[in-house]
Amino acid sequence: MKEYQTITEISGPLVYAEVDEAIGYDEIVEIETAQGETLRGQVLESSEGVVAIQVFEGTSGIDQNASVRFLGETMKMPVTEDLLGRVLDGSGRPIDDGPEIVPEERQDIVGAAINPYSREYPEEFIETGVSAIDGMNTLVRGQKLPIFSSSGQPHSELAMQIARQASVPEEEEGDDEEGSEFAVIFGAMGITQEEANEFMQDFERTGALERSVVFMNLADDPAVERTVTPRMVLTTAEYLAFEKDYHVLVILTDMTNYCEALREIGAAREEVPGRRGYPGYMYTDLAQLYERAGRIQGREGSVTQIPILTMPGDDDTHPIPDLTGYITEGQIYVDPDLNSQGLQPPINVLPSLSRLMDDGIGEGLTREDHADVKDQMFAAYAEGEDLRDLVNIVGREALSELDNKYLDFADAFESEFVDQGFDQNRDIEETLEIGWDLLSMLPKDALNRIDEEFIEEYYREDDSEREVVEAAD
Amino acid sequence: MSKAESTETTISEDGVIQSVSGPVVSARDLDARMNDVVYVGDEGLMGEVIEIEGDITTIQVYEETSGVAPGEPVENTGEPLSVDLGPGMLDAIYDGVQRPLDVLEGKMGSPYLDRGVDAPGIDLEKEWEFEPTVEVGDEVGRGDVVGVVEETVTIDHKVMVPPDALDDGETTEVTAIESGSFDVTETVAELANGTDVSMHQEWPVREARPSENKKTPRTPLVSGQRILDGLFPIAKGGTAAIPGPFGSGKTVTQHQLAKYADADIIVYVGCGERGNEMTEVIEDFPELEDPANGNPLMARTSLIANTSNMPVAARESCIYTGITIAEYYRDMGYDVALMADSTSRWAEAMREISSRLEEMPGEEGYPAYLAARLAQFYERAGYFENVNGTEGSVSAIGAVSPPGGDFSEPVTQNTLRIVKTFWALDADLAERRHFPSINWNESYSLYKDQLDPWFEDEVADDWATKRQWAVDVLDEETELQEIVQLVGKDALPDDQQLTLEVARYLREAYLQQNAFHPVDTFCPPEKTYLMLTTIETFNDEAFKALEAGVPVEEIVDTEAAPRINRIGVQEDYEEYVEELKADITEELRSLY
Repeated sequence: MKEYQTITEISGPLVYAEVDEAIGYDEIVEIETAQGETLRGQVLESSEGVVAIQVFEGTSGIDQNASVRFLGETMKMPVTEDLLGRVLDGSGRPIDDGPEIVPEERQDIVGAAINPYSREYPEEFIETGVSAIDGMNTLVRGQKLPIFSSSGQPHSELAMQIARQASVPEEEEGDDEEGSEFAVIFGAMGITQEEANEFMQDFERTGALERSVVFMNLADDPAVERTVTPRMVLTTAEYLAFEKDYHVLVILTDMTNYCEALREIGAAREEVPGRRGYPGYMYTDLAQLYERAGRIQGREGSVTQIPILTMPGDDDTHPIPDLTGYITEGQIYVDPDLNSQGLQPPINVLPSLSRLMDDGIGEGLTREDHADVKDQMFAAYAEGEDLRDLVNIVGREALSELDNKYLDFADAFESEFVDQGFDQNRDIEETLEIGWDLLSMLPKDALNRIDEEFIEEYYREDDSEREVVEAAD
Repeated sequence: MSKAESTETTISEDGVIQSVSGPVVSARDLDARMNDVVYVGDEGLMGEVIEIEGDITTIQVYEETSGVAPGEPVENTGEPLSVDLGPGMLDAIYDGVQRPLDVLEGKMGSPYLDRGVDAPGIDLEKEWEFEPTVEVGDEVGRGDVVGVVEETVTIDHKVMVPPDALDDGETTEVTAIESGSFDVTETVAELANGTDVSMHQEWPVREARPSENKKTPRTPLVSGQRILDGLFPIAKGGTAAIPGPFGSGKTVTQHQLAKYADADIIVYVGCGERGNEMTEVIEDFPELEDPANGNPLMARTSLIANTSNMPVAARESCIYTGITIAEYYRDMGYDVALMADSTSRWAEAMREISSRLEEMPGEEGYPAYLAARLAQFYERAGYFENVNGTEGSVSAIGAVSPPGGDFSEPVTQNTLRIVKTFWALDADLAERRHFPSINWNESYSLYKDQLDPWFEDEVADDWATKRQWAVDVLDEETELQEIVQLVGKDALPDDQQLTLEVARYLREAYLQQNAFHPVDTFCPPEKTYLMLTTIETFNDEAFKALEAGVPVEEIVDTEAAPRINRIGVQEDYEEYVEELKADITEELRSLY
């Protein structure tokens, strides 16, 4: 391994050095400063005689006398089952004073694309215990379903609730003989120490830490390091899922900080910027992260992703949520208005969507009436939402009886169905029963999206049958 | 350069890598022409020459370039990027440069896509039963069919004289031809001018296959989707764009078309989209039945899957790979439909490569040649008279993913300048789960008039009048809705309230269609028509009742009419519709 003291230019997070041998693209670099500090970086561009290096920890302290070492390999993540229960920094080094990690394997963090031919289509329901998700936007194993939120919203609480409650119903019944277990991998990118503490306390309080791996890149950690954190996280997830048979739930927060880091590097390299200054390759870059969710034929485990992103200005046409939405299989919207009304979790189901839902619900998976109930509730809630605007102008009296029922439905939908609290865990049966309680507020012939057979079976003819709501209250 | 021959090609002009930046590599001392295929680095990654400047050649690499270093060799094959054409392309799944993904899985022994592994686009060893259709002594010209093999249960693959074997109008004698089992590289026919015809041809992807001329398309591509067939039809050989924000149902619409469109061959290009979606296609299509003949759908389908995390340069080429395969089947006289999901990802791949080349950007960072490339692609669609005298068509349907759902962005706008059918997806409709969420006010089809005669002959002679009636009611509803937003529905006069009720049936029963319901998912044009006439029956009878003094509340409250919403899910719809029409008429007449 050759050492160079040939740094020619330092600019933002980038260092340019002259070399007299061939350096591979993406190779890992160590830079030792005059103070004896060792920084790590990665080759961004390699030409004959000169390379551009992106330094993860930032370039402060580097001068032209610093020595540069090329390690001759691309970045690797040491993986082992023993990672469960550990807390690591954004580059995968332990920070929890635990024993040294003895890796079983070292895997390339870039990760090759899964051959679409080798994938298995995700269709197994994950019960999150959150009605607005299970009932209306069902999550399935191997899906990537982001939470679209904005600053000041309780998206972390929602993520924690999902991490805590998520289970696969068949496991509870004990017919999963292979004994696939759930594991949570938590990747924090640029979140505050306080937020991080909340997550950690929750993990410790509920004993979830044992089945978790935590990667922490905090707000004051180097921004450039954020570009490798999710790759570390996903490499670990793939290892646990596809080699150790875990069902892995990956929570990445906050993707917005990740994208900012990409933009920072792009700007430092003087690249031609795309929309709002983000690099033109951001779609490809994000896809390389999100597409690492999935299932593989012949492997037991699965990787399910819940990336969280805060939309700048609560605007979902901003490039970050926009590109994310085009890659992920749906999205869950956390809504500031519902939040100020005190709904917990403040999920707005109307713009939310789970693309894989239709194949993951129904007879044998959840319940035979699930799809119809969901469709009808969406339609009725949308109708009620529309009428609210009108009521502001003409008042309730000017509306027909049916319209008034839709308005009541929309109110009850929010207060009984969505607002369940961050601590309540509802199974799918309970969620659907509440759904029927609400739908029974509408006349039978307004339920045009539900099969007559199900109306016969589940429709509450009178209020006394609406037990579940009382029981749940 | 076709992969089928790569083993035999003698590699002549080598160069040396000078620099590497993502998918863009530049090399020194490489003697290459534009668009030549090259193998890059020690691992032999496949790439294509995209810029030559003095001694420096710039290459876009179709695989991940991590670890590739300056000084490694570059080998030129001296041939442009080509596809292998021949039996075996149906029921296959390829990546963007026509490497069969199932074969790659076996070769790599891993579910991940490794680098530097190559495989020919069609199986070179598989033997096919060749049946000649000409005899020794017959005269044949370019593109002429000399025999057939059964490629799948649905499709007979026609073996043709390569279009570049002879000049236009020139013919030559068949000197030897024989039936029997052959693999695709063996000669099945010999021609007097020295050409040996085998089942395998090659064609450079960026060049359109020759044809005699283009004709005006007059047959619809029937899709079994009510809003498409009924209001905005596309012709066989037509072009269509489906733009829409995420979550509005582009992919489901494309899948529905791939499943139910009455084309002979479907080429489905998943360009930079989700891996799980492609897996769904791979898992579903072999099990679904072709509505035309009950055979598995895969028997008429060729899939190209370059998902969003696969290399960006191969995303740029996958559209061309797809359309070249489509043209080849067109030459056999088939009607081919090509779905590209999504052309925006293709445009973004161009943008990404262009910005790495540091080209001067055009609008929103897209290269200035974006419009030209889009036009070139859609121009390869059409209803053709082929060089061998048969007629065939390529219909091109491209999904567009505009950022933020804003249709004023360059890809949507440049696409709209070319295509003649526009199916605008609408986030609001999707949010209320009105699917397919195609906005009936914004969408259009310029093929309507030239396709009406077909519908009038095949379905009903008042097809066009009925459609116009539906469009008028929906237009009126849009205007009335603006008033309702301000004053509420009850403030409207009775006849307008009734119009809203009729429009509601049009929206909920006719325009909505459940892609996940086993019956409703496919709606033949006859059913589309009958559904419309049922709604019209309600309309006519309801207005008669209103004139006779029946209050609008009572008309709206009748029991028969809501059954219109269930026509879609009826298998024996004819009987159902007849009974329903009678019931509606009877009930409404009983009110006065």
